[in-house]
Amino acid sequence: MTYSKRYSDRGFDDLRPIEAKAGVIPNADGSAFFKIGNTTAYAAVYGPRDLHPKFKQDPGKGILRCNYNMMPFSGMGERVRPGPSRRSREISMVTEKALMPVLDLQEFPNAVVDVFIELPQTDAGSRCAGICAASIALADAGIPMKDLVTAVSVGKVDDKIVVDLDYAEEAHEGGPVADIPVAMVPSTGMISLLQMDGEVTKDDLMKALEKARAAILKIYEIQKKALKDKYYVDMVNQNEQ
Amino acid sequence: MNSEFKEHLLSSLAQNIRLDGRKLDEYRKIEVEFGISNTAEGSAKVTIGDTIVLAGVKMLVQQPYPDKPDEGTIMVNAELLPMSNPDFEPGPPKDEAIELARVVDRGIRESAAIDVKKLLIKKGEKCWVVSIDIVTVNAAGNLFDAAALAAIAAIKDTFFPVYENDEINYKKKTEQRLPLVKTPISVTVLKLGGSYLVDPLPDEEAACDARLTVAATEGGNLCALQKGGDQTLTMEDISRMVDLALEKATYLRGFLN
Amino acid sequence: MSKVLVKDKEVVVPGEELAIGLDYLPGFGTYRIGDSIRASRLGLANLDGRAIKIIPLSGRYLPKKNDVILGKVIDVTLNGWRLDINSAYTAMLMVKEGTSDFVTKGADLTQYYSLGDYLVCKITNVTTQKLVDVTMRGPGLKKLRNGRIIKCNPHKVPRIIGKQGSMVSMIKNATKCWIIVGQNGLIWLQGSPKDEVVAVQTIAMIEKEAHLQGLTEKVKSHLEGIYGKLQELKGESNDIQ
Repeated sequence: MTYSKRYSDRGFDDLRPIEAKAGVIPNADGSAFFKIGNTTAYAAVYGPRDLHPKFKQDPGKGILRCNYNMMPFSGMGERVRPGPSRRSREISMVTEKALMPVLDLQEFPNAVVDVFIELPQTDAGSRCAGICAASIALADAGIPMKDLVTAVSVGKVDDKIVVDLDYAEEAHEGGPVADIPVAMVPSTGMISLLQMDGEVTKDDLMKALEKARAAILKIYEIQKKALKDKYYVDMVNQNEQ
Repeated sequence: MNSEFKEHLLSSLAQNIRLDGRKLDEYRKIEVEFGISNTAEGSAKVTIGDTIVLAGVKMLVQQPYPDKPDEGTIMVNAELLPMSNPDFEPGPPKDEAIELARVVDRGIRESAAIDVKKLLIKKGEKCWVVSIDIVTVNAAGNLFDAAALAAIAAIKDTFFPVYENDEINYKKKTEQRLPLVKTPISVTVLKLGGSYLVDPLPDEEAACDARLTVAATEGGNLCALQKGGDQTLTMEDISRMVDLALEKATYLRGFLN
Repeated sequence: MSKVLVKDKEVVVPGEELAIGLDYLPGFGTYRIGDSIRASRLGLANLDGRAIKIIPLSGRYLPKKNDVILGKVIDVTLNGWRLDINSAYTAMLMVKEGTSDFVTKGADLTQYYSLGDYLVCKITNVTTQKLVDVTMRGPGLKKLRNGRIIKCNPHKVPRIIGKQGSMVSMIKNATKCWIIVGQNGLIWLQGSPKDEVVAVQTIAMIEKEAHLQGLTEKVKSHLEGIYGKLQELKGESNDIQ
């Protein structure tokens, strides 16, 4: 079987259309909205702030705490029952691990930086969208970080290596499917999240990771622009006066 | 709130000036956006000032309740998401979220806004369940009004999904909208000292003596009431607050067109 | 071959390359990796001779010795008062720093300051674990009565105060409001209701445009638009960075 044309009619290396905006939740210390295809994610950062219970505090540095959640109406089929599921708890954990390598929380002993990720709408790639949104929100919150973190799903559908799988591709029934979410630190290419569903050869995996890197550099530009735009808007208005 | 600061606030209100310069009966900027989630059967986003609330409708098919075999069901759930306010913690809904859901629910249910008989598929066996979920994105005062408005807007945005061979096909929508026969609108009025105000800011909510949420239909009939706050209301208070609420309900309803 | 890659006052994001070459020195908010200097905070690039640093645009307040701040009493203990200072860390006001009265052991401390009171105090010490001590003994330090409290971005405080207090003096002069700006992003105001609203909106305007040129002039014409020509204050400064 050969996958000759993507369901969404994209090129095999093409990302879905992406939108990103920083500073969308006024109460939060930092926030972002990130949309890739039909998957949308809000991220809000509160911190550094007081951490309870006390036994979780680290006197040497601040800790990061991520909470990923799907809104009840965000599933492709039935209503999603509110509250943490095993899946959302795992995603919260790998999201934390994906973001930690760039963060410097030394200045915040005994405190916590809370990241909340909420999705109003999903169409595959939700944990990656969450990580992209969370990175923007952390920078917006003024948290010291070496770089942003960017994530995308790559994989294999039948015989083709593809970038940014949508739900239709994940659910493809004509042949084997592998779904590989990847998060990277763009300036160094270091990988901070790697998971896989499906079956691939090592060769294919390495090819897919190369494609992930290229896609991630494109998404990175959009994340950066979202942050700069938050402050540029005023400058443009000023120049027009 | 600190009593001296509260006195200062009250004297400002007595001059019809609020913390952000609005008059007592003025709402902040309101925006209603329909269809913000394409995985929901219907959805909406309501913004009142800095308060942002989303509502989404999911439909499912179940057996009707034994005491109402020829009717469908409505469920309203609300979550005060921790991302929307530094004081909200993750976890099961607390009293505030439950009160919010139940007050919105009463406005819709008691007004018979949705014709539940039209949700029936097969008497005693199958009916549609309309599940309305409200979530907060930024909680900056007046969640009651924003949540109720978002719920109704989401209902208006809802189409029945295709139901064939005893299964719901969530990927296909029919052309049939939910049978919304009335449009209940909630308005919350606060009493602070001798002043009545609508669309409170968080500082005003913290200082309030009492509040009254009034849900009303197009005809001006009241379909739900909820009093909150630690202090009492006189009959005169209630009369004037209801009048103010009815006036503002018409204003808010205009945003659903 | 050293090169600076950004302009002075340009908005930069974490990970952005600011300069190449060993001739430049990484200052606050930057780090060196190999040959490059990269940003570790979201903020404005600041080029000062060979030093490159970041002026942060966001981030929660971190307590600093000698800062004059506004704190809210959240606990009255046997030894003093605990204050919420709009930070991940609370501050402790010991009895003898709270009043010059002779206080007997076991006396009721709420007669001085009670729950919910706002105090203008000064930070005397911050430990490495971020334990904070404050004092009420000093000029201008006092309990606040009446008025209202608003929050602002602590990084905008220098702009709101202005050089030698020129900006906040301009607002006080025009609106006839009492205004005290805490380094921790809390501001106390008291005036007539209408004038307070003008002061609050003017401060919001400064916050939004703090990083832009010509702000002092803009604030001046905004206030003159409402109140008419402002009296010249002695020692008023021109626009500063």
